[in-house]
Amino acid sequence: MNKPVTGSAAPPSSRDIKTIVYQNLARRRADERRFRNYGLVAITLGLAFVVLMFGNIISKGLPAFWQTYIQVPITFDAAVLDPQGSHDPQALASADYSALVRSGMHQLFPNVEGRLPLRALGGLISSDAAYELQRRVQDKPELLGSTQPIWLLASAAVDTFFKGNIDRTLPEAERPIKDNQIEWLDQLKATGKIDKHFNAVLFQNGDSREPEQAGIRGALMGSFFTLLVTFLLSFPIGVATAVYLEEFAPKNRWTDIIEVNINNLAAVPSIVFGLLGLAVFINFFGLPRSAPLVGGLVLSLMTLPVIIIAGRAALTSVPPSIREAALGMGASKLQMVGHHVLPLALPGMLTGSIIGMARALGESAPLLMIGMIAFIVDVPKNFLDPATVLPVQIYLWSDLPERAFVERTSAAIMVLLAFMILMNGLAILLRKRFERRW
Amino acid sequence: MSTTVLETQTVLDQASPASAPPRQKSSVEVTDYNNRQTVGKITVDNPKMICRDVDVFYGAKQAIRKVGLDIGANEVIAFIGPSGCGKSTFLRCLNRMNDTIPSSRVTGQIMLDNEDIYAREIDVVQLRARVGMVFQKPNPFPKSIYENVAYGPRIHGMVNTKAELDALVHDSLERAGLIKEVEKRMQEPGTSLSGGQQQRLCIARAIAVNPEVILMDEPCSALDPIATAKIEELIDELRENYTIVIVTHSMQQAARVSQRTAYFHLGDLIEIGDTDQIFTNPRHKLTEDYITGRFG
Repeated sequence: MNKPVTGSAAPPSSRDIKTIVYQNLARRRADERRFRNYGLVAITLGLAFVVLMFGNIISKGLPAFWQTYIQVPITFDAAVLDPQGSHDPQALASADYSALVRSGMHQLFPNVEGRLPLRALGGLISSDAAYELQRRVQDKPELLGSTQPIWLLASAAVDTFFKGNIDRTLPEAERPIKDNQIEWLDQLKATGKIDKHFNAVLFQNGDSREPEQAGIRGALMGSFFTLLVTFLLSFPIGVATAVYLEEFAPKNRWTDIIEVNINNLAAVPSIVFGLLGLAVFINFFGLPRSAPLVGGLVLSLMTLPVIIIAGRAALTSVPPSIREAALGMGASKLQMVGHHVLPLALPGMLTGSIIGMARALGESAPLLMIGMIAFIVDVPKNFLDPATVLPVQIYLWSDLPERAFVERTSAAIMVLLAFMILMNGLAILLRKRFERRW
Repeated sequence: MSTTVLETQTVLDQASPASAPPRQKSSVEVTDYNNRQTVGKITVDNPKMICRDVDVFYGAKQAIRKVGLDIGANEVIAFIGPSGCGKSTFLRCLNRMNDTIPSSRVTGQIMLDNEDIYAREIDVVQLRARVGMVFQKPNPFPKSIYENVAYGPRIHGMVNTKAELDALVHDSLERAGLIKEVEKRMQEPGTSLSGGQQQRLCIARAIAVNPEVILMDEPCSALDPIATAKIEELIDELRENYTIVIVTHSMQQAARVSQRTAYFHLGDLIEIGDTDQIFTNPRHKLTEDYITGRFG
């Protein structure tokens, strides 16, 4: 303001500027405050919804990690199991173990008489109990002839009742559990012969129509095989594509077209990839339906653009001075990329890939199209066994009316979320660990 | 085009300026082109590199116009000039670093020991091993100090045993005047050094492959005066074994380290000559304006 003022456009005196600035200052501060408050409200709302969602899922799903068991005295009667006394494993395998369960329950409640009450009594125990006893005898044939108190899996109705989810004041006809059963359960509870144990079944079994026997192992293994195929295909191809496009490809109309198309592919709805997989992999190449191999192929198609885009971003973030240094030393282009650029870009590429894989883990729509929605009891053992995946399992269970499946649905969601958080955590860890500064 | 046209004439010697004797004009050698001239003697007695009629285009834009000069063996030649005058572009032609820019095109002749470096049979990898480069911003690899220096010998397969490599790394760091500072911390990352040390590490890295020519693109512009002084001292020592081409914005630096100086202006080589003469008795008006600080 040292310049001499000429003409009519004289600036306001210094006093005026002070007052003007002061007046504006109040307004500017109010603007800032308001903006900050908007942000706070948005974050609070977001956090509230997250808490609500997690609270709902956890409160519903947590009980599913415990399961009701009843302690029953089982007499491994050789006359029932092995009438010929041959100790033949085949004969032992096909014996009537449910008779042992029935007589064990009768031993607990000797006063129960009549066909219907006895059937109701047997109904307290899951049909899986017979198979459990069979497994025990096969593992330890010397059990024959002995009597042991054994914790047997209770039926789903008992489990639901024991967890307090069935109102005993309802009319008998509206309950899955009858008056006499309630009476027996109360007696069991009084003697401490009914209790909740950790639900190992949930992690050991495949799907089942009986809620107490249903587990997520089949879905977990299906997800594992599917993701393995996805990673093995999409990571090397994605990284190679990104490196070629970013470092080697000439910049011309063709590479422009390829680039636009890759970006478009990342935005294609995932179910379209499922349709493509159905048409190409199953109908044309004749690969089996419901197989993790096909699921992995479809998810690779979906994940590839994500990995390519993340990979290219990671490559561009490597400073050009490193490339110049390498070239200036006489490194060939491949040496420049292999020795310097790729190692620096790899953490970023890995992070992008893991986030892409986490997305693939949570994907269900494209897998529905290739038959991974079938009801599959067996745990898949390889890439061609029929399988389902965790999100599809959640979808399947959410459709079922039994109360016990409702809590299993939430439990499966918790397991899925745990894996997601694990993968994202791994991505953050890798980035922090290997990020190099220059 | 602000180049002053001293005289208009159509007599040309572009075809083979190296063989044709430059015109003498009042005891000052002048090489004439179509509408401009390079003032001063472009040739030297024992040239390491010979450049004639070098044009560089970035797309349609011409960055360098018909530059011709010799770089003598074991001399330090400085390129000076205002920003955007093409001195760095010309420097990067000397080891074909411009090849990395897809739109660039270089025509003319650049010879290293009478071999055209742009000839089809020349491999840039081999060329860059013979003509090393130090960049404006210190750019050590994000690896250990040892690995930084060992990288060049390793990719060129210059050593066979670990002991040879160790000796070469030690020797290169010693010649770059860095050995005392890093002897105990060879495995620390090169980026942990100070700016001046990083630049000397880059010089050590460049001389580890024992090049014949070292190109330096404003090597001190990111350094403080003390680090600059160390680098300049180093350049003076390196002159014994290497030919050095240095681009600099600092005229004092050009005056201190170089024996010959070339002044570039808007893509033209305006004047070239002994450093003493350029700074005390410039013959071209543009050179005089620049070194007296009237612009640039």
